[in-house]
Amino acid sequence: MQMPEPNAAVIARKARIVEMLEAALPGGIIHDEAEVRAYECDALTAYRCPPLAVALPSSTEQVSALLKICHDEGVPVVPRGAGTSLAGGSLPTADSLILGVARMAEVLETDYDNRFIRVQTGRTNLSVTGAVAEDGFFYAPDPSSQLACAIAGNIAMNSGGAHCLKYGVTTNNLMGVTLVLMDGTVVELGGAHLDAGGLDLLGVICGSEGQLGVVTEATLRILHQPEGARPVLIGYDSNEVAGACVSDIIKAGVLPVAIEFMDRPCIRATDAFSGAGYPDCEALLIVEVEGSDAEIDEQLQKITAIARRHNPVELREATDADEAARIWLGRKSAFGAMGSINDYMCLDGTIPVNELPYVLKRISEMSKEFGLEVANVFHAGDGNMHPLILFNANEAGQLELCEDLGAEILKLCVEVGGCLTGEHGVGVEKRDLMHHQYAPQDLEAQMLIKDVFDPKWLLNPAKVFPLDASNARRTAMLAAE
Amino acid sequence: MRPGSEAELAEMVRDATGGLRVRGGGTRPVGSGAGEVLDTTGLSGIHLYEPGALTVVAGAGTPLSEIERRLDAEGQRLAFEPMDHRGLLGTSGDSTIGGVVAANVSGPRRIQAGACRDFLLGVRFVDGQGTVIKNGGRVMKNVTGYDLVKLMAGSRGTLGVLSEVSLKVLPKPEAAATILFDGLDDAQAVRAMARGLGSPFDVTGAAHLPEGPEGHPVTLLRVEGFSGSVDYRADTMAKLFGALPVRVERDPVRVAQLWTDIRDVTSMKGANGDVWRISCKPSDAPALVEALDPTSHIFDWGGGLIWALMPEGTDARTRLGMIDGHATRVRGAGTTPVFPPESAPVAALTRAIRQRFDPRGILNPGSFH
Ligand SMILES: Cc1cc2nc3c(=O)[nH]c(=O)nc-3n(C[C@H](O)[C@H](O)[C@H](O)COP(=O)(O)OP(=O)(O)OC[C@H]3O[C@@H](n4cnc5c(N)ncnc54)[C@H](O)[C@@H]3O)c2cc1C
Repeated sequence: MQMPEPNAAVIARKARIVEMLEAALPGGIIHDEAEVRAYECDALTAYRCPPLAVALPSSTEQVSALLKICHDEGVPVVPRGAGTSLAGGSLPTADSLILGVARMAEVLETDYDNRFIRVQTGRTNLSVTGAVAEDGFFYAPDPSSQLACAIAGNIAMNSGGAHCLKYGVTTNNLMGVTLVLMDGTVVELGGAHLDAGGLDLLGVICGSEGQLGVVTEATLRILHQPEGARPVLIGYDSNEVAGACVSDIIKAGVLPVAIEFMDRPCIRATDAFSGAGYPDCEALLIVEVEGSDAEIDEQLQKITAIARRHNPVELREATDADEAARIWLGRKSAFGAMGSINDYMCLDGTIPVNELPYVLKRISEMSKEFGLEVANVFHAGDGNMHPLILFNANEAGQLELCEDLGAEILKLCVEVGGCLTGEHGVGVEKRDLMHHQYAPQDLEAQMLIKDVFDPKWLLNPAKVFPLDASNARRTAMLAAE
Repeated sequence: MRPGSEAELAEMVRDATGGLRVRGGGTRPVGSGAGEVLDTTGLSGIHLYEPGALTVVAGAGTPLSEIERRLDAEGQRLAFEPMDHRGLLGTSGDSTIGGVVAANVSGPRRIQAGACRDFLLGVRFVDGQGTVIKNGGRVMKNVTGYDLVKLMAGSRGTLGVLSEVSLKVLPKPEAAATILFDGLDDAQAVRAMARGLGSPFDVTGAAHLPEGPEGHPVTLLRVEGFSGSVDYRADTMAKLFGALPVRVERDPVRVAQLWTDIRDVTSMKGANGDVWRISCKPSDAPALVEALDPTSHIFDWGGGLIWALMPEGTDARTRLGMIDGHATRVRGAGTTPVFPPESAPVAALTRAIRQRFDPRGILNPGSFH
């Protein structure tokens, strides 16, 4: 993967820049070469680059002061939450300041009457729910990384989760933000009310991958927890039939909170790893519904009736919490299971749900062509696929081969009417594939937004847009320095 | 001007020499009215409808009624419950899906299911220079690049003329019921609605009519779903309120009518005066109404949406002062701007975005600011 040359003039001025930053944030700047290494990558560990320095502010005012200095000095800034991005979204450049919000984790306001919580964005996803759980509430978007990832990263990536079929993703649950622009201007968007009075700028900020501003505070919608939830496990001997079952469930008007799909390679690996007791079949569905006991029964009856029409090889309803946990056990350990077999790369394309059988067939053909095993686990209700490509990182050429296969699979997603990334973001990982989804004028329109929020193109450089598309702007900015 | 295709639309915008008033069905006119009419109804037709994938893709000029009919035939619907403005505004015509999107029109279910912008999956539009741009797509989860889809929802044609939209649809529920409380004052009503919305019972509508159909105050909470579940939730929720006397309406026709009247603010149809729409923090609503002193008002969204009928020419904003939210004049004339003022940095960003997408300032001149 190619990155632009770091700005040598900035690196040469490191001492002076650090001095200015320290004046704004005494004791909060890390600049020692060994210490900054802790920030050299995110969860896409194949790419690493130590930053110039790291700042860990604890207030919006400090963030504003730091950004203003970087703006005036022409220092690129990479915002960072918890560093769990799988797309290299928080990968530093050698001339950049990492601006981490990890020390900003306070709950600022909890309001059950109006059903929102306002937090500093360094707070982890799970601890937002943790702050309201005792009173029976929760924050709905629940990425699998929720123990570690921060609301800051969730907003920047518009993260999803297992339950988004019913509750939506981050953008559907975000009511307001405090945003600091690159020049230090503090902007309030949204709040405890719904809907924008003018242009929906909040909607643009969510999912903008840290390139438009640094989000320091957020107002999030909270909901009362459902009375209960229960899953059912359904096995089929063909992906087509499982796909048809998913489609029929959706058409029947049942709105499960989750419909998870695993294919045979994934079923075998997770079962061997977790001992979940899954049947050895081609496709497994886990469908979960919520409500009171009677409501759950009503929905599960409809679901199992549909499932039976498609002749399942296995249909297992959970009758107690223990059985429910066992149904989820394999699915929840999918990533661990893959990791125990080999290195793996996790893809994140979305496809129209009705294309599922075709796409799975093509993936299995491509997997043979490339000689790399692929296991599929994904959110079937909304078509968000997570093909996991297994490879051996220690063998020369395997990472590149794996990346090539990954690119082919993502192009296939776009070809059938889907997209490159459903919830992980573009980052550096899918940056150069953007031409496959968007025509030059489509990318240009997005870059116009970047021009407005960050005219000097200093925030989270060399991400999202293919380098050739953003090249003219980046060189113009450097020349203007 | 009435383009018959996206390419024609692009050409017309490119060649335009003056202001263009983008018009769908003309049921919700925006802006000062200057400029030539650009009629989008030639961009009509459902391009793709996949009930199993819950998606519909249609030309922006497609009548809303056509889309609703097609969805209805498959037992599906637009869950954001778009309001029909015709009665309130005294307009006629056939609302288009592009107009619904451009104004981010939503109804009572917005509090639970989300607004139009939450169901909008993708757009194609022609910007102020005549360039065709697409963003998003037709899948439910998509974070590929910046989300211009949200930006276009509610942008009222000021950034581009929509040519095609794709939307997520949802199944129609088997049953619906409404719990009604009689005689609550505004403050009691907002508290009751908060109680319902903060319960685990998935309330899909929470409204308060100080002068209900029978002339006295009535507060309404709606639940929808499978019939057994609706019965269970309506009954359980009714018990939540202890001593408060409640009725439960289960007749599907009457339930539908109640919520259509709330959605379309039927109570202010034909009444003299200006109509203001105030988006606010729900618990602030009773105090805001006191400050407004309107001729009449209703609450939707648990209080988060106030519809206020005001004597002609009243500036509701000066009465409200600083609020968490904003006020828009939906009907009426006068010197006060229609759209709410924005903070200096937000206004600067908005201006700059409009300037980038429509450098000649020809799209719906006079809307927003
Ligand atoms: C095991 C595992 C499972 C995962 N499961 C899921 C899943 O189910 N669903 C899902 O959607 N994702 C998932 N992810 C991906 C990742 O957790 C999410 O993208 C998450 O939102 C990143 O949050 P973070 O705080 O770690 O962000 P970081 O990695 O620190 O940063 C992510 C992006 O946000 C930007 N950013 C960070 N802070 C700010 C700020 N204050 N202001 C502006 N921009 C900022 C960064 O510049 C970067 O572009 C998973 C990751 C792992 C490792």
